[in-house]
Amino acid sequence: MLRSDNRIDPKRRAHLSHKKRQFADSEFKQQHYEHRLNFYELPPTTEISLEEFEEWAISRLKVLSELEACSFRNRSPEETTSYMSSILEKHLPLHSNSSRSSTLQDERRKDHYSHFILRLAFSSTPDLRQRFARLETMLFRLRFKEDDTREKQAFVKSLNFDWEEMSKEEKEELAKDLLATTPGIRNVDEEGWFKVDWEQVPELVEQRRVLLRRGRAYVPQREQMSLVLAEFTKRLDSALELTSRALPRLDEDDRLKPILEHLSTNFTAPDVAYSSADGDIAGMSVPTAANIDTLSQHFPLCMQNLHQTLRANSHLKHLGRLQYTLFLKGIGLSLEECIIFWRRSFKLITDEKFNKEYRYNVRHAYGDVGGDANRRGRGYTPYSCQRILTEPLPGPGQSHGCPYRTFAPDNLISLLQKVGVSDRELLRGVKEDVGKQRYHIACNRVFEHAHRVEIKTVKDQGTLGAAQLDTIVHPNTYFKRSWMLKHLGEAGVKEEMMDES
Amino acid sequence: MPHSVSPQSTQTQDAPMANTQPENGATEDIKMEDGEAATETKRTVNLDDMFGDGDSDDEYSSSAPVVKDEIPSSPPVPAPVSRNASNSDTEVMRAFYQRLCPFRYLFQWLNHSPVPTADFMHREFAFTVPRGADDVYLRYQSFLTADLLRKQCVQMVPSRFEIGPQYTTDPRERKTLRKASAFRPIKKELVFDIDMTDYDDIRACCKGASICHKCWTFITMAIKVVDKALREDFGFELILWVYSGRRGAHAWVCDKKAREMDDTRRRAIAGYLELLKGGDKSGKKVNIKRPLHPHLTRSLNLLSSHFQEDVLISQDPWASEDKAAHLLSLIPDLKLREALQKKWDSSPGRASISKWGDIDKSAESGVSASLDKKALLNAKQDIVLEYTYPRLDAEVSKKLIHLLKSPFCVHPGTGRICVPIDTRKLEEFDPFSVPTVTQCLGEIDSWEGGDETEGRTINDWEKTSLKEYIDYFRSFVAEVIKEEGRGKRERGDDDDMEF
Repeated sequence: MLRSDNRIDPKRRAHLSHKKRQFADSEFKQQHYEHRLNFYELPPTTEISLEEFEEWAISRLKVLSELEACSFRNRSPEETTSYMSSILEKHLPLHSNSSRSSTLQDERRKDHYSHFILRLAFSSTPDLRQRFARLETMLFRLRFKEDDTREKQAFVKSLNFDWEEMSKEEKEELAKDLLATTPGIRNVDEEGWFKVDWEQVPELVEQRRVLLRRGRAYVPQREQMSLVLAEFTKRLDSALELTSRALPRLDEDDRLKPILEHLSTNFTAPDVAYSSADGDIAGMSVPTAANIDTLSQHFPLCMQNLHQTLRANSHLKHLGRLQYTLFLKGIGLSLEECIIFWRRSFKLITDEKFNKEYRYNVRHAYGDVGGDANRRGRGYTPYSCQRILTEPLPGPGQSHGCPYRTFAPDNLISLLQKVGVSDRELLRGVKEDVGKQRYHIACNRVFEHAHRVEIKTVKDQGTLGAAQLDTIVHPNTYFKRSWMLKHLGEAGVKEEMMDES
Repeated sequence: MPHSVSPQSTQTQDAPMANTQPENGATEDIKMEDGEAATETKRTVNLDDMFGDGDSDDEYSSSAPVVKDEIPSSPPVPAPVSRNASNSDTEVMRAFYQRLCPFRYLFQWLNHSPVPTADFMHREFAFTVPRGADDVYLRYQSFLTADLLRKQCVQMVPSRFEIGPQYTTDPRERKTLRKASAFRPIKKELVFDIDMTDYDDIRACCKGASICHKCWTFITMAIKVVDKALREDFGFELILWVYSGRRGAHAWVCDKKAREMDDTRRRAIAGYLELLKGGDKSGKKVNIKRPLHPHLTRSLNLLSSHFQEDVLISQDPWASEDKAAHLLSLIPDLKLREALQKKWDSSPGRASISKWGDIDKSAESGVSASLDKKALLNAKQDIVLEYTYPRLDAEVSKKLIHLLKSPFCVHPGTGRICVPIDTRKLEEFDPFSVPTVTQCLGEIDSWEGGDETEGRTINDWEKTSLKEYIDYFRSFVAEVIKEEGRGKRERGDDDDMEF
């Protein structure tokens, strides 16, 4: 190619012009990494081989996608830490100074470089930037928590934040209130407090974990993490913004560009996307408003709960309605039938009120009305478990969400008994799962118990691959699998199962 | 995601509304001064329809004979249905927008300066316009000046209009932008919405849409707690509380800092103030750690007296058996629970305040050897909070993009005007004494002072009971503008002020 013929040997480029010589100095300078953690302020400047470039990026990418998967699976912070430790050790080890490892500098160099390579790869669109910043912050948080206390302090110190410390007098004046916000500390002299604008620590404010006085937040030293994290995210966000603006200049490069593109396209979301294939189930007649009641025996608990509430009150509040409408849309109920379903279910209200206040919402969810983007996307996609689990908890009178999460244990057990789950052992297991906040495990446990006979059959016959008996993470998958297992052997059902494996 | 949007909104969003005008409507409105006389007659006819009672007819000399011809012996008390219908009647609403609604101050409030700025011009308004049986919901309306807003209100006669955020560009021009992402909300007051429906499981006096003085105290309590937290904890000063027209209240926090917050910060404040979590089935709604956060300690002190009087005595929340069962389920000690159950079973109809006292009495009498006094005290605090702590519709506060009904709208169901609530006189505020449109229009007609005072024309609203509310709003707006000016001077960018 012409262009590559004209390329100047990169090693010589810096020496070409005396005007540029002042920059040449930094080009070969190897950074010395004093701390384990890195705020990624300075870009790396030494050369690395193309192989290293790609290899390191892929290592980091693996770590980030595993981390994302953890958040999608709703793992608790402890579980995430233990799960990630082996992955980090394998792909992106990072040891503390005290470990005196000989490869310390190399590890840190790899961490540093890989971060900046991915920055290049993921700065092109706002979506990618946002996702990258979120995951990098998660990774940073994970490492920050693990870090040795003394080294952590040294690291924070090196960042030179100008946080105002509370004076002794001030501390004494507010002592009672300060202690009330930090359970575990008995004496104000044990701890130092920073005084910052409350907007810097929204996370702590939201959970009422800091004292607020006229817009100032009093952050105890040990909550410093959220301050550091906020700063990390802030800086990363603006740095990514800058990178994206500088990105077009890379266009000339035919060595890096393909690698970067490859990286960003492979960073696909492992989020359980709803595929329309979940909608049509072979062998099942098209659902209508009239047979929802019959089908509801195959619904997961969240939907059964909505269904029962709807039948009991002849009404559902907005978020519950939305969750249920989308699920019904997901099982293949057409818009017309869906409107009929809601109209009939809301027995107590007039046609006029229904048309005025509810009809539009249903149509909007189906993408029949609304903005261009909504219509083109054919409305909203049915909610996954992850979505349902991360939504705000229902308030008084509301009934959306995942019952395993929103119900008090006793109410949950009685709801389960109402839908016909009465096995003691099973209920005990459910209670245990819920106590550990593993809501989807509890749900799958109920599913497996309810379909244990059928699951055994298909396993024996080998008609179902392991993939089909994977953990359920979408209410519509729950329905589909439940329906198919209960209709084994009927025409159409079997082929469908074979097709999928 | 639009919450109750009527079906036609997309199709008719930007369509001209001319065909909705009654024959003589449009000309009158645009040249209002000239058409005054015509409007006058038309409106008074309507007024008579709604004030059907015969004895007040003499006051309306212009139309009295007409009315008398039609209903010679009208009943002294008007039927509530016809009254409601007339409150939102198109002509009444038009007269409201022409003569009562203080557009000038609304403009100043949103604009933060006397000359129109982007603060006002890029602000989204949404109109709910009745057409036939349906309402049409028009979003992304924006106006250059207060007069244009007024003109459109008079022309379209919306049953209400809502205020959204200020956008990066003029909302009407959003479709002309090359990139859709360039159109995004940037500023809005921090808003709160407290609605009585959220209190349905704890109020015994009314249900659903209706309210009485007894349950209004829930709103009073909520305002107190939220207002205090916003001022003392977050340092906000410009907080406007507005009666929502029927059974709730809205807050508009207008400090510059509050207006510029992003969604994370809004969510943080909403989370800070939100306490009751969980739906009907989640059992205990208050689950807080000890020691109590200073904000909760303060709120608890504020609410304790209300709990005794306004909840236990006037609401009697545990009168029925299932409500009492709920109370029992909140008490941690099993033995104590059983003892109380027995006691209450033997005396049905025991008042809530006695039941509340029973908890301590039984606890002291030693029915349970293993009683954890501290846990019981905590549980009692939780109960007080569950029955008094503000129940916010938090979603409204969390998003910059949410719209909220403007102050000084008319509630279509009650006809009451959404007036600001003066928090200095919060306890005295009575939702039933808030003026209705029809009442105010009547007051204009029966005004006997001249049209001029000290050489200036008296505004129509000054002749009505709306005056005190608009005066309060005006002083609030002045405060907002003053504060804005101070901010500017401190930053030293007051160059444009030198004329």
